[in-house]
Formats: sequence, structure tokens, C-alpha cells
Amino acid sequence: MQEFSRLVPTTTQAAARAGAVPQASFIAGGTDLMQLWKNNVQAASLVVDLDRLDLRRISLDGPTLRIGALATMAEVAEHPDVKRRVPAASEALLAAASPQIRNMGTAGGNLLQRTRCGYFRDPGFACNKREPGSGCPAIAGENRELAILGGSGSCIATQPSDFPVPLVAADARVELHGADGQTRTVELEQLYRLPGDTPHIETVLRPGEVITAILVPDAPANRRATYVKVRDRQSYAYALASVAAGIELQGGVVRDVRLAAGGVGTRPWRLDASEATLRGQRLSPALIEQAAARATDGAQPHAKNAFKVTLLRNTVRRALQAVTA
Amino acid sequence: MYIGQGIVRQDGRLKVTGGARYAAEFDVPGCLHAVLVQSTIPAGAITGYDTAQAERMPGVVAIITHQNAGALNQHKAAQQTVTHPFLQDGRIVYNGQHVAVAVADTFERAEAAASAVRVRYAPSEAVTVMDESALSRAYKPKQFQNGEKSPDVSRGDEDAAFAGAPVRVEATYETPVEHHNPMEPHATIAMWRGDTVAVWTSTQGISGVQETLASAFGLPKESVTVVCPYVGGGFGCKGNTWPPATIAALAARHVGRPVKLVVTRPQMFTSNGYRPKTIQKIRLGAGRDGRLLSIRHDGFSQMSDPMLGEFSEPVGVVTQMAYSCRNVAVTHRVVPVNQGLPTYMRAPGESSGMFALESAMDEMAHALRMDPLAFRLANYAERDEQKDKPFASKGLRECYSRAADRFGWRQRNPTPGSMRDGRILVGWGMATSTYPTNRRPCHARIVVRSDGTVLVQSGVQDLGTGTYTIMAQCAADRLGVDIARVSAQLGDSRFPQGPVSGGSATAASVLPAIEAAADALLARLAALAALDPHFAQVPPADIRLDGFDLTAPGRRVPVLQVMARAGLHTVDAEGSSAPGDAYKAHSCHSFGAQFAEIRIDPDFGTIRVSRIVSCFEVGRLLNARTGRSQLLGGIVFGIGMALQEETLVDRATGRIVNSNIADYHVPVNADVPDIEVMTVDAPDLATGALGAKGAGELPMVGVAPAIANAVFHATGRRVRKLPIRVEDVLA
Repeated sequence: MQEFSRLVPTTTQAAARAGAVPQASFIAGGTDLMQLWKNNVQAASLVVDLDRLDLRRISLDGPTLRIGALATMAEVAEHPDVKRRVPAASEALLAAASPQIRNMGTAGGNLLQRTRCGYFRDPGFACNKREPGSGCPAIAGENRELAILGGSGSCIATQPSDFPVPLVAADARVELHGADGQTRTVELEQLYRLPGDTPHIETVLRPGEVITAILVPDAPANRRATYVKVRDRQSYAYALASVAAGIELQGGVVRDVRLAAGGVGTRPWRLDASEATLRGQRLSPALIEQAAARATDGAQPHAKNAFKVTLLRNTVRRALQAVTA
Repeated sequence: MYIGQGIVRQDGRLKVTGGARYAAEFDVPGCLHAVLVQSTIPAGAITGYDTAQAERMPGVVAIITHQNAGALNQHKAAQQTVTHPFLQDGRIVYNGQHVAVAVADTFERAEAAASAVRVRYAPSEAVTVMDESALSRAYKPKQFQNGEKSPDVSRGDEDAAFAGAPVRVEATYETPVEHHNPMEPHATIAMWRGDTVAVWTSTQGISGVQETLASAFGLPKESVTVVCPYVGGGFGCKGNTWPPATIAALAARHVGRPVKLVVTRPQMFTSNGYRPKTIQKIRLGAGRDGRLLSIRHDGFSQMSDPMLGEFSEPVGVVTQMAYSCRNVAVTHRVVPVNQGLPTYMRAPGESSGMFALESAMDEMAHALRMDPLAFRLANYAERDEQKDKPFASKGLRECYSRAADRFGWRQRNPTPGSMRDGRILVGWGMATSTYPTNRRPCHARIVVRSDGTVLVQSGVQDLGTGTYTIMAQCAADRLGVDIARVSAQLGDSRFPQGPVSGGSATAASVLPAIEAAADALLARLAALAALDPHFAQVPPADIRLDGFDLTAPGRRVPVLQVMARAGLHTVDAEGSSAPGDAYKAHSCHSFGAQFAEIRIDPDFGTIRVSRIVSCFEVGRLLNARTGRSQLLGGIVFGIGMALQEETLVDRATGRIVNSNIADYHVPVNADVPDIEVMTVDAPDLATGALGAKGAGELPMVGVAPAIANAVFHATGRRVRKLPIRVEDVLA
């Protein structure tokens, strides 16, 4: 772990300006970052601690649920407005990590958790994400937990977080505060970049840009939603596959549907083809089956993760069954 | 009698309040910090180091490599001999091998310096994984079970019997590399004073550390002091003295200051052994009446380059005695690959071997259309047919029937896939457990102090199992004093020597030594009392200890008064014990029967253990509370072996991919179901005076096969490879 200096700004503007310095790193809960530093996967010479910023509130702004980026995972999971407006996000958080980690980890930080790919997390391996151009031994190696969707010849690392999966399904946006003092909002799905041949660039965040809030629109399909997670053990494990499903039915016809998957893609993966199969159609077991089959459109399985194709389809089916039951 | 009661752990309060000090927590003034540097290639030679940058970093005191480490003597160790890597040469035989150590004033600075050391290599070809294609490299181990046994054993004519058997089963089973991952990593503080060295280290064997360091640094044993009052989990990886302990002492000598070396979590995967991967080929022949006609068990066990030492997972030793069968052949081979040296891991041999044997037994029962339990009873071994000795005790029949009744085994529908709960597939499986009763020479001392307290001391270790507590129970019983007066001390090489805590041997070894010490102490107190005017004319043999008074007919004097009159602040005595003739005349084992219920969601392939019922025969249960905890903990360990534990190795580089405990899974609370544990409480007087057999390893032995057999019962799919994962059963 490299020595660093630490700055504790009290305004978002000061934080953003400090964070724009090369070799600077923001820290919030630190539950992932500390591991990355300790294992020499990442290093920073200036650490900008966001702890004092007033970004912890969860509130309703008309039709929009606003989740302050520094609210802890535990606070978000238990918040009544979150449970009412976007219950799948609460379920996803409670299915993530452990109570101790949820008490430390923040909503904004969780969106930026880095991949669990073992090759990325050990500097003893080559890794295009960690050292651009060094190669990806994971594609031909231990790829059981890696992505079948959105990968490239450079990288098939999964984005591991649960929380963004239902948020992507819910059309959430993130509010960003830039070093230049400007704020902008970005669709959460578009916050993440596909790896392509630059897997080290994971988001569209600009230098110094701070995530200040997550904005979730209100929709019937966000309120009637669930999160199904499949993992190797019953708690404290990343998803092998997970699905957030939200639906609005009117007289047995699918008026709106939102589906996203975790654990299978290089980013939280919106299942557009499955949604299109369902939208406007009369719901039936056969229709659910068709939608589940379309979940893996474009999937590229690897030697040890081919099971995720079946697993993802089955998880989509089960999530749809659960949310329509 | 305190023995048998559920006496609360003597060290429990200290542990839960943070008062128990573990190796890395001792406060040694002026202590520097050392961090290991490990290789990033699996094979080759070091051609040079770039240490200049690291040496210039703040707080750095030294970068020690094989070029400046100074020579050590060849190691001799009480347990498994580990001969590399001690920074003595530039050969690389596995990825993650120690190649240097950085010493600085803080841990963080040492770690930063370690990561700045650049090592230049000339790589060579490596074979990093043992698979079928690597089996051509197999050879017969030279030091099988520390050279005490032959790797190949047979009786009768297995070939002919198998060829003529009406029903045959033949299959290959695989178990993965697993790492012990105790909560407390390996840690050593080493401090030299002239030609003596003191180490605080986390170990299952302080005597082994003492012997190893004495040999490495050319010192008499008495010049090495080893202290280890608590161990934060060992499971076998602290049974040997692994190189980091020696390297800590080497670094302290090099810089002339005390040095603390804590192995990092990722380094725990490359510094202290692992359970080797095994490939096991089994074939069974049986008659249609359900009698076994032949058993063959050929075990291949992954090994390192022999330069590092030797270890062979003894998978087939249990096969020699588990069932009655005239024709048995067992072989063990090791297969060298470019990985570190493997070692003992909880129930070494039995757990991996019984996964294979008990799976094969289940396959044979299915082939015979017999109930799996009835098949085992039909082949019940009344004596150890390989050693041709009677069992010292064997309560397995009772274990089978009690556990089966409690589980409700009679309600099992034998047809695979037939027991469902809605969409959930339910499976019931069972397996036999057994583990040898090991006992080793041991010494102990008991001290009575003038404040009325009694200390019982031995150079053994408490791995968290309750050794402190049973030592006190045993001494209090034998002396006949209130246990509130008695406290135990262990884990210090200045105490009378004890054996390594491994092979479930501690209780059976140390308690007889304590009894001998108690008897010697009573004799000494009686002799002392005989000199007291109160006991004038009374022969010492007639003087007894009663409560805390010395008595003879018509006379009673407090012990402390006798001591005071003699001008003594303490009275002590030592005792020792070793396995006796009765032990040697028998085959000594503990036994158990384990039944598991699992539930599989066919959409997800997730396997959840919903119920485990086990009945064990462990001789006398010494402490109802800590004994039960041991049995429960072993079962949880077995669940991990069955469904979760696996070290992933990158074939191209031989480097471990999941070297952290977020990605290397062990069970969490949510994975642990209702576990019911019963014991057949019957003292086994052939194995030791109190009749205790080991309980640490036995409870995990049958868990993985019981679960694997339940998976077959639930799905009709036979998974012959651990761990069993979602993809193995996904519809």
C-alpha cells in the first residue's frame, strides 16, 4: 500500500476540484477501495474523503426518488420510500455483502465497485483492466464467474454489484457534479462503458466528477418488482446470475416491463429483447418462456461459464413468475 | 467428576473480550515489520533483483534476498520436513514462492517496499495442474505418512476377485486443492538476544518450531523459546513450521532488531501448505447377496517439486479397515507439479478418501438395489482385517442405528428424484465416518502455589478446541480439588514438552500426562506432610488429599499450612505418558454415521443442506460443551468441502486465482442447517486412561460423501468431483 495524503473537503465543489488532480482518488465507505489498495491493485497519492459532504439524504422529489450518494447500503435498503418505490433495489441490497459491509458501503460507491475477476485483483497476473495492453489470461483461464454478455477480446470481467441491477431496470439516472462546477445527469446504464479494447476505462465519469445522487423515476413497473439472485452460498457471495424484474399488467396484458441481469454482463445488463417479447402481449407461461430464451441473445459463453446461459434464462423465468404471481 | 461435564471454556471470556493475545499482538519494543515478496512465475531461476528503489523508500531497513540472507543449516523438523524456500538459492519451483523479504518500521511501509522489489527471472517450462494427463509423472511416495507406513497395501487377490464378481462398480473421483484459511494468519515475532532467540508464533506445534529453528540456526534447543498461548485456527496448516517463521528469525538476525512477519491473506495460499488435489480410482466387486468381494483404491495426490519436501494425501489408508472384505488393494502415488508443498488439512486422507470410497459404496448399493445403510451393515468389519487386530472399541453399529432412527431413514424412497417438495428436489444420503485415534508421548507439570491456586502446564497447544479447559478438568478430578482453583497453561516451550496438536491427538496425549503429574504431586505432598509434626508416625502412603487438606485417619491439615511449615511457596511435580501396550495391541479408531438431507432448486442448481444428523463414537466425551462444538464445527467444515471449498489455479501460470476469503468460499451461517449431533459415550480404555478418542477430524469425514450421495438421490446424477456446484446439477 502506497503512502498518501488525505483531504476532507466539506463542499462537493471542493471535493470535485481536488479529485480532478491526477493520482487522486475519492473514498466513501472504502469497503472495496481498501482491498484494492492493500493488494496493490490500485494506488492513490491523494485521497479525497467524501465523509463530510451532505449527500446522505434519501428523499422524494415529486415523482423522483432521490438517493443521496453517501447514504449507506443499509440505510437505502431499509428506507420506506425505497421499499415502496423500488422494492427490488432494497432486495438487491439486502442480498449483497454482509450487514457489516452494508453499514459502511455507500450507494454511490457500490455503483463503482470493481470487478471480482481474480486476475484483476492480483497484480501477479496480466490484466488489461489493471495494466492496459498486458493481456487477459482470464478469457482462457478461470472464467467460471465471468461475463457471457458484453465482453470483448480484451476483457470479460463482470460488474459485480447487485444494487445497480434493479436501478438499471428502473431507468435510474445518476446526478454528477463536475470539477468545473457543472452538474449533469446520466442514465445509470450509460454510466458504465463496455470494455471494448479499453477495459481500464469503466465509466463515463470525468476527472473529479462526483456522484451526488441516484434518481429513480416513479413507475408502476418499478413498484411491482423483485430481485432474484443465484449464488454459490446463501449469503455473502456475488451473483452467479441475478435478475431484477418489474412489471405492470393491465387485464392480463403486459403494459410495461423492466428486466435487467447481474453477474452475467460486463455491466448491469438490461434485457431489451426479453422486454420486447413481453411488452403489449398477453402474459402466459409460454410467453414467459419465450422472454427467458431471449435473455441470452448475443451471449458468448466461455469454457467454464457456459452454465450461465441456462442459469440466466431460468432466473429470468423465475423472476417473472415471482413478480406476476 | 468434572470430566464429561459441559464446563465453560477457561479462555472463552478472554477471547470474546479481546484479552487473549495472539502471536502478532505481543508488544515487543523496537519491533520492525517484515513482508514477504513472492515469485510471479511457476518455474525457472532468479537472475537478479532490482532492490534500489525499495531500499530508498521511507522507513525501509533492509531488503533481504537469497544473495544476502546468509546461510541456514538444513532443516530438521518434528513433523513434515519442509526444505524450501528459505531464501537460500534462486531456484523457482512454484508461483508464489518466497523470493525476498522487506523490513521496515511499519507494516504498510514494509508492504510498499515489498511491492517495489523487482525480481528478474529466467523462466522454464512448468506443469501447474494435476489432471489425467499429468498422471504419467506419478511416483511412489518415499516418506508415506512420515515414513511410518507403506504406500501400497493389499490382502487376498483383488484382481481375480474383481474379475469374478457378479456386480462391479468402477469410477474415478476427484477432490480439489483446498486451503485451510484460518482466521488468524501465520504470524511470527522473532527477537534475538545474543545467541538465543525468542519467537511468538502461531503454531500447532511449539516443539516443532523449537526444533526447526534450533536446527536452522545451529543452536541448542534450549536457546530457542517459543510462545503460542492461542491459535486462531490451524486445521493443519500450522502443524509444520513453515518457512515464514524461520524467515522472521533470519530477518531479525539480519537487522539486529526484533521483527514481526505476518503472512498476508493472499500469501496464506502459497506459504503454508494446502490439501492437495486428488484423483482416485476405485473399483468394487460384490456378490448379489450384498457382500463385498473386492476393493481397489488407487490414489493420486498432487505434490510439489520434491525439492520442497514431500506430502501424500493418504486417501486409501481408511479403505484398508473400513469394511470387511477379503480382497483389498490400495496404492498411493504422488504427482509432482509446479505448486507449493501440500500438507495435512483437517482429516487428511480420511475426508478425501472417504468421499471416494463412500460414493463408490453408494454406487454399489444402488447397483445391488440395496439400501445404502443395509449394504454397509452387510459388510461391517468386526476387526481391522488389514492389521489383523481387534478394534480397541467400535460403536459404529449403535451410531448407524441411532442416527438412522433420528433421521427417519426408514421413510426414504430409494428411487432417485422421487422425494420432492413442490418443485424442490429432496435427497437423502448417508456415509460412514472413521478416524484413527492418535496418541503421542507427552509431559506435564502441576504446581500448587501458596495462594491456594493450582497450575497445570504442558507444552501443547489449544487450537480453539478447549484444551485449556479439559486440562483443568482432568487435573481437578485427579487431585480431587475444586476446579475454581485450577488453571491451565500451555503453548510455551519452557513448559514440559508436548506433541504437535494434529491428528486429533491432543486430548488423548496430554490428559494421561496430567494424571501422571497429579499422582506424582500427590506423592510429593504426602511425603511433605509426613515430615509435618501433625502426621508424625504416619507413612506417606496413608496420607490423602481431600478437598485442599491433607488427611490421614484422625488427622487433617490444610495443604497450604503444610507448605508454609516447610517454607515452600510452591510444590510441583511432573508426569509423562506415552502410548502403551494396550494401544499397540489394538486398532484404535473413532467412528460415526452421518445422514444428510439436501434440497435442490432445479432451476438454479443450488444445493442447500437442510438437515444433518450424526452419531459419533469418540470414546469418553471429555467436555459436553466443547466436545459438541468440535463435532458441529467439523460438520460445517464438511459442508464446505462438499459444496464450496476450491482453490482455483490458473493453468498457464500456476498462480492461484481466488486467493482471498471473499472469493474462496467457506460456509456462512446461512448455509448451516439444523445439525443434530449424538454421541455413544463409552470410554475406550485401550487408548488412554480416560478413554477419550479424538473428536476434531472425525465429524467432517462422512459429510461430503453423505451430501454427494444425497445429490444422487435427489437427481439421479452422480457427481464424482468436489465441490459439487450449481453447474453439476443444473437441469
